[in-house]
Amino acid sequence: MISKAKALVSILLALAILLVAGAATAAGLDAFSGKSGKIDIAGGTAHIPVMKEAAKRIMQTSPEIVITVAGGGSGVGVQKAGEGLVQIGNTGRAVSDEEVAKYGLVSFPFAIDGVAVVINPKNSVKELTAQQVKDVYEGKIANWKDVGGDDAPINLYTRDEASGTREVFWEKLLKKGPIASSANVVASNGAMKTAVAQDPAAIGYVSIGHIDDSIKAPLLEGVAPNQENAASGTYPVARKLYMNTKGEPEGLTKSFIEYILSPEGATIIEASGYIPIKK
Amino acid sequence: MFAGCAFLAALAVAFIFCFLAWFSLPLFSGGRLAPLFTWVWNPMQNQFGILPMAVSSLMLAATAMLGAYPAAVGLCFFMHGLGPSRLAGPLMSLVRFMTAVPTVAYGFVAAILLTPLLRQTFASGTGYCWLAASMALSVLILPTITLIVDGRFSNIAPGLRTTGEALGLSRSQILLHLVLPQSRRALIAAAALGFGRAAGDAVIALMLSGNAARVPHSPLDSMRVLAAHIALVLATDSQSEAYASLFACGLLLFAVIIAVNAVLRLLDRESSGGPGSRG
Repeated sequence: MISKAKALVSILLALAILLVAGAATAAGLDAFSGKSGKIDIAGGTAHIPVMKEAAKRIMQTSPEIVITVAGGGSGVGVQKAGEGLVQIGNTGRAVSDEEVAKYGLVSFPFAIDGVAVVINPKNSVKELTAQQVKDVYEGKIANWKDVGGDDAPINLYTRDEASGTREVFWEKLLKKGPIASSANVVASNGAMKTAVAQDPAAIGYVSIGHIDDSIKAPLLEGVAPNQENAASGTYPVARKLYMNTKGEPEGLTKSFIEYILSPEGATIIEASGYIPIKK
Repeated sequence: MFAGCAFLAALAVAFIFCFLAWFSLPLFSGGRLAPLFTWVWNPMQNQFGILPMAVSSLMLAATAMLGAYPAAVGLCFFMHGLGPSRLAGPLMSLVRFMTAVPTVAYGFVAAILLTPLLRQTFASGTGYCWLAASMALSVLILPTITLIVDGRFSNIAPGLRTTGEALGLSRSQILLHLVLPQSRRALIAAAALGFGRAAGDAVIALMLSGNAARVPHSPLDSMRVLAAHIALVLATDSQSEAYASLFACGLLLFAVIIAVNAVLRLLDRESSGGPGSRG
């Protein structure tokens, strides 16, 4: 009985996959049909889910095309695209003028990602003002009781200087204010989540796409930090995710970028937890 | 065959050194080096001091050795006479197994179990600190030291035991007065390798030490070592001053490890010539 039910489930699943694949072929992927070649992608880690899903759909319909997706961070994305090692280098920040001057990069923003202040779920604080967050990170406020919480010292967590998440947090929320040198530095959104989930006195910040039950995002100036508010501009602490190419993209690379910016690309971006930017 | 391999390995090290030196060369011109040898790392304010990281590297490697070295030598004593001989085999298997555990596994387990324990036990700090990284690093380098010392002990202990017993010495006297002095070279080699591994490790420090770029005042303070610093800053804008400073960090780390090796070599040479020093 059980094995029959299992068989039925697998058949249904296979059908569902075929249906999805069929639907995907119908729109957006036509540009790739009959073509062959290779696209290498590297750089920002927030981009990976979007790139992988797009690559999977393209390779399924056009088996002659090979697309590789690697991480490495925004700096690696700039460098590899600039040196011609990959066709697309992803960044979670706008490329600097120096980088554009050196490599002749062309940028394609495709998604919006908000950054939210996060605390431990045990923390009773429900709302913070931008000024409070600024003072906390500067070290002026060092106890949770000064912002409406329990009497406990605040443990600061921040990201490395290469982080696109840190850049938008520092520019848009701290207004380029100082971050206390005592702050612990973690190397990824995932590591930040682990650290804050374990430490009842922690304050940190993550990409909104990473928030789940293990951490809590208090209201900022009364606004809930979510992607909808980030896209509408109600929640100001947001950044864009970029694809970058060395010079104007051509051939397959151009088709790939157009696909990401197409309506079907938008559904992939939404499914990955980000807000798509229309072309 | 072996000479060829050794030559290749030496060549690789020489190439790494030349590569580092070549890329740090621009730093040595136009007064760009002096700002690096200062005590404040704050790229947002154009301060690129790497001294706190250099000092932290030495401090962390030293305390990790303080934990691991006596434990490893003690373990060798235990396996070669002090403990019951039927335990020696299983213990050695355990040590061999420990060498196969990837560093990231130690780091992850310690981040989940050790840091909350430290935070709760001492009720101060975040748990991500010098002490946490030092404890995990001790575990990491323990097998490296043990294997080298054990290799020497296995060679000479059985023969010396016969001699010692004929002289009426106890087991601990044999180990302390006969085996240990004859293992001087192995003890020095073990110290050099253990220290090099502790100073060069990036993953454990990155995951556990907290990474605040300043010299810690207590074992419960956050610290950032050179190797972790390189890992953190590597993804920044590749045209920035922060990125350029990494080559100086690499060079400094290289120099520190070479210096420690040189000092240990010197100790070895001073000790040679006297009786019982062929370690």
